[in-house]
Amino acid sequence: MTASEDAAETSARGRTWRDIDLRAVAPFAALALLLIVGALVNPNFIGLNNLANVATRSAFIAIIAVGATFVISSGDLDLSVGSMVAFVASIMILFMNSGAIADPSLMLAAAVALTIIIGAGCGLANGLITTVGRIEPFIATLGTMGIYRGLTTWLSQGGAITLREPELQTLYRPAYFGTILGVPVPIVVILAVTIVAAFVLYRTRYGRHVVAVGSNSDVARYSGIPVNRVRTIAFVIQGVCVAIAVLLYVPRLGSTSATTGILWELQAITAVVVGGTALKGGAGRVWGTICGAFILELVGNIMLLSNFISEYLIGAIQGAIIIIAMLVQRSLVRKS
Amino acid sequence: MNPDVADGAPVVLAARRVSKSFNGVQVLFSVNFELRAGEIHALMGENGAGKSTLVKILSGFEQPTSGEILLDGQPTKLPPNGQAEALGIVIIHQEFNLAEHLTVSESLFLGREVTRFGVLDRKFMRAETRRVLDQLGSHVDENALISSLSIADKQMVEIAKAISRDARIIFMDEPTAVLSREETNYLFRQVRKLRERGTSFVFVSHKLDEVMELTDRVTVLRDGQWVKTAPTSILDGESIAQLMVGRELSSLYPAKQEPSVDEDVMLSVAGLSTQYVQDASFDVRKGEILGFSGLIGSGRTELMEAVAGLRSRTAGEVSVRGTPVPAGDVHAANRVGIAYMTKDRKHKGLLLNSGMTANLTLQSLDRHGEHGYLSPKSEAAALERARRRFDIRVRDGRVVAGRMSGGNQQKLLLAKVMETEPDVIIIDEPTRGIDVGTKQQIYHFISALARDGKSIIVVSSEMPEIIGLCTRVAVMREGRIVGILEGEEISEQEIMRYSAGLKKKTAA
Repeated sequence: MTASEDAAETSARGRTWRDIDLRAVAPFAALALLLIVGALVNPNFIGLNNLANVATRSAFIAIIAVGATFVISSGDLDLSVGSMVAFVASIMILFMNSGAIADPSLMLAAAVALTIIIGAGCGLANGLITTVGRIEPFIATLGTMGIYRGLTTWLSQGGAITLREPELQTLYRPAYFGTILGVPVPIVVILAVTIVAAFVLYRTRYGRHVVAVGSNSDVARYSGIPVNRVRTIAFVIQGVCVAIAVLLYVPRLGSTSATTGILWELQAITAVVVGGTALKGGAGRVWGTICGAFILELVGNIMLLSNFISEYLIGAIQGAIIIIAMLVQRSLVRKS
Repeated sequence: MNPDVADGAPVVLAARRVSKSFNGVQVLFSVNFELRAGEIHALMGENGAGKSTLVKILSGFEQPTSGEILLDGQPTKLPPNGQAEALGIVIIHQEFNLAEHLTVSESLFLGREVTRFGVLDRKFMRAETRRVLDQLGSHVDENALISSLSIADKQMVEIAKAISRDARIIFMDEPTAVLSREETNYLFRQVRKLRERGTSFVFVSHKLDEVMELTDRVTVLRDGQWVKTAPTSILDGESIAQLMVGRELSSLYPAKQEPSVDEDVMLSVAGLSTQYVQDASFDVRKGEILGFSGLIGSGRTELMEAVAGLRSRTAGEVSVRGTPVPAGDVHAANRVGIAYMTKDRKHKGLLLNSGMTANLTLQSLDRHGEHGYLSPKSEAAALERARRRFDIRVRDGRVVAGRMSGGNQQKLLLAKVMETEPDVIIIDEPTRGIDVGTKQQIYHFISALARDGKSIIVVSSEMPEIIGLCTRVAVMREGRIVGILEGEEISEQEIMRYSAGLKKKTAA
């Protein structure tokens, strides 16, 4: 009856402006707007140096937020990432200070491997508590947030843990301060992590499973998807992303303390939501997340460069951003 | 439209030349509709004919693109988001809008609680609730928690809520879809009582016999166009069906194909028990359609979910072609060729916010690429195939599943299950809430699959469906298979006797 007409109609219309998903575009529009505002506020802002600086400083949150995109897309939430950064970084520095391996290069390689393993382990713990223990992710990771933070305080005895070996410091320093083909290493790492994550989320079976589980776990179960395994792996991915962020963080300051990474979970979740990922799960936007992380850092940068808002208000502004992002998202949903 | 003036009752709500488009796609074309005081008006049409859209426009949830709404003869712009309730226009949705943890009287007064000196006047509200329920002849306890009520009683609470808000016009969208025959009769008695008092009903249903029994007039829509409005008394089920489909429904059911007796046994279930199901045993041969009948709650779905690995079993064996299937492992059951198609397509079958492709391939992603990497090309080809094979008609190929009509959703779900290339297909309620035209198509798909040598189990609460499709019928009662009927035995009376517990025989 109408089947052939309908098909003809669809192909004849082709892609029009209506096909563009406003929610996917919104974060990038906001980013562009911020760049323009920044340029008006201070001419130094739009300089390549300043922007590269901003991007570099956003690396920690951006990389953690990429992991959070997986957890949130699968319908969960991880509040422990800030504490996890402090904990994983402490272990890494303590290991490098231990002098277990004499050769600095080997030592560094081992430390990197250990960091990734500890990060993945922390993520696995979060995942298993949530899925096997059947505890709400909010509560489960609230608990581990306290545990990781407490362990860090205990390891550092309330003070700081500082990388002591000067040889290791020199060797490791370029991981944050170096450049590859003129591009700061952290920016390269952000790009690499995002490309891999986007590939996994959009083009692999696992990625499809993540979205299905977050969208409706019953449908996923009835479709033969191992729901708990998918969710747990998302937490592990989050842990690995935290570890990668730690790998960049340690050479920057060479030190951690019990206050490292405080409120980073808030920033990571904000970046994810600003980027257009639905907090209730079922849709993930990796590039949007990166965009969200840049937006957070840019807002801070603009506040620093301008004189009309105190930079002490950064936290308040970031809090406001997440609320505004939610409002904008919802109004876009209504329209479409 | 030519209003039947002889009837005399004033028109309370009317749509005049109403059209509606979503994103440039027109779904209603200059439709006329009128509802008189004290009438029960059936709104009929295939899925996607525009019934839901018209109901939404008549209740203010959507605004028409053109045309006007008349309330008591006056052109009106109905307020959005259910605020039309204040004008006496109420929709009772298929999925109830009741908070499960409130009591009946709290639900009735939700949002307009009565207070005395700033404190809730519970006593008054309870008494008032009792009064409304008594008026309806309902025995529901006003202090009972909503979560403790049967579906029929919840429906009654919804109606009581509508009445207590002085509803004059009540829209009911498939109110009987989840009700037993007994509960349906009860509901109809209440509806008739209200009609006597001048309340008007718009009754959206796919069940022709109920429309014939209950309604005063019928309006039929087809492809977004008004087709006919006529008194129910001059129509019969057949003529309504023809108006809806626009063609003769020569045979709803395809000719039955009895598989030969020496055909291989494909699926064998022996002594299967779950928490509720006891000692179920049956075989399905290659090319056979085995029906499962029984009352709601007789354990059919639980048994099938256990067979498909979605539910753990406490005892028993399931085997396909003689190979045992491990318990409680969906993936393993899929791999040996068992697929289960859920009856709950909206909550367990489809991702309503995802497009057709993501839904279609969800269960069979390993067929679309290697090492977990997906090939969009291969997925697009699968969608194209499925759309042709199962005649999925959508105006826009990128539409999300939640925006498709019930019939198209059901076809998409069937296509999704078939993507796993199963040998044993368990279809739970194959045609729940879909129109008669799509029903016929689905029956033909099922029959064609059986001819291709697939083994099919149809679980259905619709007796004609079971009788029309299946060559053998298992009847379940209180968790047990109480009889397996063949040939001449398959009749409505006989199945009823078994499911009511009047007759019993050991599994063949």
